[in-house]
Amino acid sequence: MAIRPGSAGAQRLDDPSQSGLLMRLHIDAPLLVGLLLLCAFGLVVLFSATDQDAGAVERQLVRLTLAFGLMFAVAQVHPYQLRRWSLPLYALGVLMLVATLLIGDVGKGAQRWLDLGVLRFQPSEMLKLAVPMTVAWVLADRSLPPRLGRVLAATVLILIPVVLIAKQPDLGTAILVAAAGVTVLFIGGLSWRVILLVGAAAAALAPLLWYRLHDYQRQRVLTFLDPSSDPLGTGYHIIQSQIAIGSGGLHGKGWLLGTQSHLEFLPEHHTDFIFAVIGEEFGLTGILVLLALYVFIIYRGLSIAVDAPDTYGKVLAGGLSLVFFVYVFVNTGMVTGLLPVVGVPLPLISYGGTSMVTLMVGFGMLMAIQTHRK
Amino acid sequence: MLRLDSNLQDRQREQRLVGARAIVAGVLVLAALSVVLVRLVHLQITDHEHFSTLSQDNRVKLQPVPPSRGLIYDAHGALLADNHPSFSLEITVEKVDDLPGTIAALAQIVRLDDKDRERFDRLKAQRVRFQGVPLRLNLTPEEVARFSLDSYRFPGVDVRAELIRTYPLGALTAHVLGYVGRINEQEMGRIDASDYAGTHFIGKGGVEKAHEGLLHGQAGYQQVEVNAHGRVLRTLESKPPVAGRDLHLYLDLGLQRAAAAALGDHRGAVVAIDPRTGGVLALVSNPSFDPNPFVEGIGAQEYHALLYAPDKPLFNRAVRGQYPPGSTVKPFVGLAGLAEGVIDSHKVKYCSGAYRLPGQSHSYRCWRHGGHGGVALEAALVQSCDVYFYDLAHELGIERLKNFLGEFGFGARTGIDLAGELGGLVPSKEWKERVRKQLWFPGETLIVGIGQGAFLATPLQLAVATATMANHGHFFQPRVARAAQVPGAPRAEDLPVVSHLIDAGNPQRWEQVIHAMTQVVESPRGTAKGIRSRDYRIAGKTGTAQVFTLGRNQAYNAARLAEKMRDHALFIAFAPADDPRIAVAVIVENGGHGGTVAAPVARKVMDAYLGGSTLIAEPEAADGD
Repeated sequence: MAIRPGSAGAQRLDDPSQSGLLMRLHIDAPLLVGLLLLCAFGLVVLFSATDQDAGAVERQLVRLTLAFGLMFAVAQVHPYQLRRWSLPLYALGVLMLVATLLIGDVGKGAQRWLDLGVLRFQPSEMLKLAVPMTVAWVLADRSLPPRLGRVLAATVLILIPVVLIAKQPDLGTAILVAAAGVTVLFIGGLSWRVILLVGAAAAALAPLLWYRLHDYQRQRVLTFLDPSSDPLGTGYHIIQSQIAIGSGGLHGKGWLLGTQSHLEFLPEHHTDFIFAVIGEEFGLTGILVLLALYVFIIYRGLSIAVDAPDTYGKVLAGGLSLVFFVYVFVNTGMVTGLLPVVGVPLPLISYGGTSMVTLMVGFGMLMAIQTHRK
Repeated sequence: MLRLDSNLQDRQREQRLVGARAIVAGVLVLAALSVVLVRLVHLQITDHEHFSTLSQDNRVKLQPVPPSRGLIYDAHGALLADNHPSFSLEITVEKVDDLPGTIAALAQIVRLDDKDRERFDRLKAQRVRFQGVPLRLNLTPEEVARFSLDSYRFPGVDVRAELIRTYPLGALTAHVLGYVGRINEQEMGRIDASDYAGTHFIGKGGVEKAHEGLLHGQAGYQQVEVNAHGRVLRTLESKPPVAGRDLHLYLDLGLQRAAAAALGDHRGAVVAIDPRTGGVLALVSNPSFDPNPFVEGIGAQEYHALLYAPDKPLFNRAVRGQYPPGSTVKPFVGLAGLAEGVIDSHKVKYCSGAYRLPGQSHSYRCWRHGGHGGVALEAALVQSCDVYFYDLAHELGIERLKNFLGEFGFGARTGIDLAGELGGLVPSKEWKERVRKQLWFPGETLIVGIGQGAFLATPLQLAVATATMANHGHFFQPRVARAAQVPGAPRAEDLPVVSHLIDAGNPQRWEQVIHAMTQVVESPRGTAKGIRSRDYRIAGKTGTAQVFTLGRNQAYNAARLAEKMRDHALFIAFAPADDPRIAVAVIVENGGHGGTVAAPVARKVMDAYLGGSTLIAEPEAADGD
């Protein structure tokens, strides 16, 4: 799709076949098709990864249905409302993060859950959306590119929740929340000089960060650098997932025939490491199909950003699309041994509802930006 | 209008900026995904073979299937060594994170006492990596059931069903069979690891060790698909193990019992051999021990109690006890004289009660102070005259004497199929120069002639030599196992026999010595006349091995000496003299006189075997040697 240099993109929807019903329902057809294909593929893989547990697939299907419903609901909201709600949502999220730190449940040694009586809630998930919304809100006040003062303000707004989440400690989510804010800044035209400067500063400060890490986090990095140093401990995940992917070869072992996952050599094979199951059972071919689906969705998201009628919509859509890619990259990089192990699920494929809801709400926002033109 | 224009300009600039950034982002996305793709190509195409192999190795495990150990039977088919199934709780230490916690939790389910913990710690220290270490043995069915319910809580802990060796006769056969025990690190280095994969036990002594190769069998294997927890999901391929061969011994359980009973509480040994085959009919070393606790690892305390017990129950006197054979060698020395042509059976030597080497002042005493007067070979044997044999040994010289005795098995291991046998010692000039760095004195030859001094022989060697004498020089290497049988095979296969013939020239010479030996029992002047039997004729020879060397003018007074200082009583015999079916050697440690103490033991053994019934005459006061 060509990026139109012309004035704001309402005219591309002049085609009556494209507008009409879908437009009125605030549904973006290409994005919907991409998401449906991806989720269908995910369910097929999940059936194998859960050892043909139809119950688990059913539960995932229910979650997906709810998440799609949520996406449609969010798509009805006008971006103007989103923009208005950005800061309040952000403030609420940060408050809940503080509450989590004070009274949160300790799950897996980290305080991530806030127990609200009826449901357990992970405030950090909310911030994955609230942060890009708020940064977009900061940027949308004036025309792009942003001046340094706004960049600094945005940076502070990003850092507050990131630090709070890192304290839980949940380094993976902290990085993703930071990424969600930074991608908005990037799309919004953050100057290259600042990008280079911050990059250089980060490289210089990396050793300092090392000493701030928890032991298990340091161990993960060490193990990442040399998985064989701890083949039965933390290195086990990496070694086994590489064996799973490598043994899949070009065409894979076939659906339901992956020995690494079915015989439980591959840990977390239906959650964070489901990418290795795809690599094992469907081979490089299957992975290429999956990555093509992701690329299509990201492409569609970026074109929505380019076509968006206002600044807020542009930077938010761009940021959400790019952070979706960051999820994909962090997960695939981790499973293939390119990146250290951080608990990031493969978007819309891994079993579980939390990240799915966040992502689908994000896609709902994309659809809202694309379909609300006035 | 201007303001609208500027607004429009802003929007156009924004549009260009976001468009450019989207393109850069798109390029970055594709670049990052390319890195992932390169990585995937590397994993899935370039190194595919390597990872396929690893995945296969993960999935398929080669599990050894241990063979069941061969059983051991006595000559009449009585079971001496059995395997009985037993459930044990094993911990693979390498797979358990919190060992003390795991053990504490297991103690809630199964009974664990201090002994179990102690044994576990000991075996853990000597384990082979990734091999289970037993925590509890002989689980009851209830305990197995209770553990099975909770087994998910205990990764790395398994119930193992295995066949445990048992020795139903316990101490009675311990010194013959030896026992099996857990393979230790040292033994691991000696054995073929693939053949012993899955086998936890190995023969540690006796027949179990000597015939390890036959008894063990060959390990089989099965290729199984396992999951990450090591649980077997299905068998892909298997090769059954070959069970170890059953052994049929010459050992006669009834005779073994009789020999042990005859020895009673005496420390000592009895070895009975069938002269026609070299087969060991009975082999008793007293005291003995129960081998069963050794199979699963005996506790350190119990082991020390056995090891340091004053009577040394673990010491196999029959094959490792080396005693001066005393006068029991005289028949063989006499035969040497005949064979070498130094004497004939009529040659009379004069015994004055002492013997002097020409040109020396030292006199070598006969046990009878007054002397035996003029004696030929038969009388010299019957009355065990020392002077006769001093002179004979002197005439033979140590080299000829040593060589001839060597033909009977003295001075070297007999090669019996029992682990740990010792070879005794027949001293010689060469030996003394090599070991003691001293010259040989002619007087030492005399001492060898009456079986004293540095001369040492095991009870087994004495029995073998006696059987050879009974056989007129047909020497059989002694054997405990007669035949080996593949389980289920219709017939047992005889094990090889090693034998040689001793040339004494004229066959008559054997008869002359054997006749003299019968007179030891039959003659009223014989040193073992007390055991004379009316049912069969016995050929024998008494002996006394000095433990304590008397001063020149001291008289031996058994009562005065502490028990441990008393002489060892020896007796060798075979019967029936004209058609020998059993040869026996008996030693009673610190028993005193051979004819009085050791000979009745031998007689009881022979009675048990040959069916004799006559009463043994009350032995008279110690008379002769």
